[in-house]
Amino acid sequence: MAVMRYREALNQALREELARDERVFLMGEDIGVFNGAYKVTAGLLEEFGEARVRDTPISENTIVGMGVGAAMTGTRPVVELMTINFSLLAMDQIVNHAAHIRYMFGGQVAVPLVVRMPQGAGHQLGPTHSHSLEALYLHVPGLLVAVPSTPADAKGLLKSAIRDNNPVIFIEHEYLYGQRGDVPDRADGDHLVRFGEAAVRREGEDVTIVGISRMALTAQRAADVLADEHDISAEVIDPRTLRPLDLDTILASVRKTNRCVVVEEGWPHGGVGANLAALIGEQAFDDLDAPVGRVTGADVPMPYSKPLEQIAFPHEPQVVDAALATMRDI
Amino acid sequence: MATTPAARQRGDRPEAAPAPETAREWLATMLLIRRFEERAGELYAKAKIGGFLHLAIGEEATIVGAARALRERDYLISTYRSHGHAIARGTPPEAVMAELFGKEGGCSRGRGGSMHMFDLARRFMGGYGIVGGNLPIAAGFGLSADLLRTDDATLCMFGDGATNQGTFGETMNLAALWRLPVVFMVTNNQFGMGTALARHSAVTDLQRKGESFGVPGVRCDGMDVADTHRVVGEALARAREDRQPMLVEAITYRFRGHSMADPEEYRTRAQVAEWRRRDPIALWSARLIERGAIDQGEVEALDAAAVAQVDEAVAFADASPFPAPESLYDDVYALGDQVRGWYSVDERSPGVHRGEHEREMDVDPRMREEYDQHAAGRHDSGGAPRPADDAQARVHDGERGG
Repeated sequence: MAVMRYREALNQALREELARDERVFLMGEDIGVFNGAYKVTAGLLEEFGEARVRDTPISENTIVGMGVGAAMTGTRPVVELMTINFSLLAMDQIVNHAAHIRYMFGGQVAVPLVVRMPQGAGHQLGPTHSHSLEALYLHVPGLLVAVPSTPADAKGLLKSAIRDNNPVIFIEHEYLYGQRGDVPDRADGDHLVRFGEAAVRREGEDVTIVGISRMALTAQRAADVLADEHDISAEVIDPRTLRPLDLDTILASVRKTNRCVVVEEGWPHGGVGANLAALIGEQAFDDLDAPVGRVTGADVPMPYSKPLEQIAFPHEPQVVDAALATMRDI
Repeated sequence: MATTPAARQRGDRPEAAPAPETAREWLATMLLIRRFEERAGELYAKAKIGGFLHLAIGEEATIVGAARALRERDYLISTYRSHGHAIARGTPPEAVMAELFGKEGGCSRGRGGSMHMFDLARRFMGGYGIVGGNLPIAAGFGLSADLLRTDDATLCMFGDGATNQGTFGETMNLAALWRLPVVFMVTNNQFGMGTALARHSAVTDLQRKGESFGVPGVRCDGMDVADTHRVVGEALARAREDRQPMLVEAITYRFRGHSMADPEEYRTRAQVAEWRRRDPIALWSARLIERGAIDQGEVEALDAAAVAQVDEAVAFADASPFPAPESLYDDVYALGDQVRGWYSVDERSPGVHRGEHEREMDVDPRMREEYDQHAAGRHDSGGAPRPADDAQARVHDGERGG
C-alpha cells in the first residue's frame, strides 16, 4: 500500500497494463512529449516508446474511430480525450460505432476500447470545458461507464476497463487528479476493482446518500456534518460504475434507511439521479418514507466567473439540506 | 467532367489481361451481384425486405475489381451500399439475402440489415450507415497491422459524398502521418444521394482531395474491372510495401436510385442511358468474347448460374427463422467476468423489474402476440451457425474461422 495522488494511480494502472499486455497502447492529444494535459501519462512515452504511446492531432472523432478499428482487429487501445466536452466531437464514433458494432454485426466482433476523459467544474474553465456528462453515456446500451472517485478505484477500475472486452467510457475528474489516497501497489498483487460493485464509504442508519464521481467525496463530508450537527447517521454509497450498476447495494441500503438522496454534478433533467430515483421508486417504493431526493448541478451552461461557478455545482450544505428534507414530517 | 468516363481523360495505358479463368470468375461475380441486386429490388417492392435498400447496380466492376486486388488476409470495409462487397469477398449470397430479410441466418443475424453486412471470417469488416464513419475505423485496422507487425493492408471504400465529411480530412492526415497501410477508395458514382458532385464538392477532381494531407491520388475507370483491379492493386502494393496510404478514385455510376425511395428527379434519363451504354458487365463480357477467352454461350451459362444462386439465396432466406424474441438482448455486451448477464444495468437483482418487461417476452402475452404477427409465415429450418465467441481471436491468429 502506498499513498499517492489520483493521477499517479491512473499512471500506475496504465504502466502496469502496458507492461502486462503488449496489445495495449495509448493515443491522445499531448499524452506523449507533453506528458498529458493533466500529467496522467507522464513518463510513459519514455518507457514504452512512440509506437505504444502516440501523440495525435486534434481530431477527436477520428482518434476514437481509429481506436474502434484497432480494437476490432486484435489490439487494446486506450484513448485519452482532454476533457469530456471534447468527447462530444467523437459522439458518432462512441455511440454509432463503438457501442453498436458488436450488436449490429450479430456478435461477430468485440470492441475492447477504453476512452478516458476528465470532467467537472471548479477551475473556471467556462462553458466548453467544465461539464459533467456521465448521464449521456449512461444512456447508451453497449457502453460500460466508470466514474472513480478515489485513487485506489481509479487504478483498479482502469486496469479492469483495459482488460474488459467492451467499450468503456472512463470518466475521471479534474478536481480529483490532485487528491491523495491509499493505493495497493504491486507488492499487494494485481489491484483490480470489478465493474458493477458499489462501495459503501460510510455505514449509517437514517438516510442513504449516493454520490457520483467527485460528489462521492462531497457526500462523505455532508455525512460528517449530518452526524456532528444533526445527529443523523448517513450511509454513503459510491456506485463506482454506472454501467453496469450495482443497484442491489443501493436497494439494500434504502431498505435499511428508508430514505435516499442522489448527488451528482451534472444537470438535473435526464440525469443519473433521475434514473436512480426511478429505479429505486420501482424497486423499493414500499420501503421509502420520503421521495428520493436529488442534488444536481444547476440547469445552466457552466459560467466562468468564480462565485457563479461555485454556486452552479453542489456542495455539502445542499446535500445536508436534501438529507434533512427526507426527514421532514416524521 | 462528372459525366465523362475517366478512361478518355486518362489517356492510353497498357491494358491488364488476367488469365482466362480469372477473367471468367470476375464476370461470374459481377453477374452474381447484378442478379442479386435486381432480385433484392423486386423483393423490396414485395415488402420481403424492410428499411432502406441501396443497390449497387452499375458499380459491379468497381466492387469486383477492387475486392480481387486484395489478399485473403487484407481487410475490406465499406458503406451502406455493400451487398456486393460482401458477396465479392466470399460471403454466401444466402447469408446476405437472409440479412435483408431480417432473419437469424443473416450474416449479421438480422441485427444489421441492408446497411450493416459483416463477415469477420472473410475479413469483410462491415457496411456502415454513417457517411464517413468507416474511414477512422479503417485507419484503426491499419494501426493494428502496424502494432501487430503484419503486412495486412486495408481497403476502405466510400462514396463521393463522404469526401466532404470531417473524418475524411482527419483520417487522411493521420494515415499519412503514421504511414498506415490503408488504401482509401472513393466510389465516385457522381451523386451524394441526390446532389450532383459539382453541387456538393468544390474540388470535383476527387483523387486530389487527399493530396494536401499527404495522401497521393490515382484514378481508375470504375466501369472497367481490369483497370480497377490494376490501379487498386498498385495502390495496395504502395500501402503495404512503402507504408504510403493512397486515395483511389473510381469513376462509376449507379444505374438505380440512391435507395429504393428515390424518384430520381435530380438526373436526366439521357444521362442514365449514356452511362448504361458503359455497363461494366456488358463491357467485360464483350471484351472477353472479342479476345476469344469466352463465347456467348458461356456468358449465358454464367448468367444462368448466377440466377440459380440467387434463387437458392432467396429460398434459404425464406426458410431461415426470424431471430427468437429471447435473443433481443444478445450481443449488446461481450459477456465475461464483469458483465455476466445480457441486461447490464441491474441484472444481478432478482426478479423482473418494471420497465424491462421487453426482455421477458414469455411472460408478456401482448409482446408475444406482436412478435408473432410480424413473424407470420416463418419456418423452422435453422440459420447459419452463430460464430463462437473466440472467432475474433482465431481469425486474428490467422485461422479462417466462422
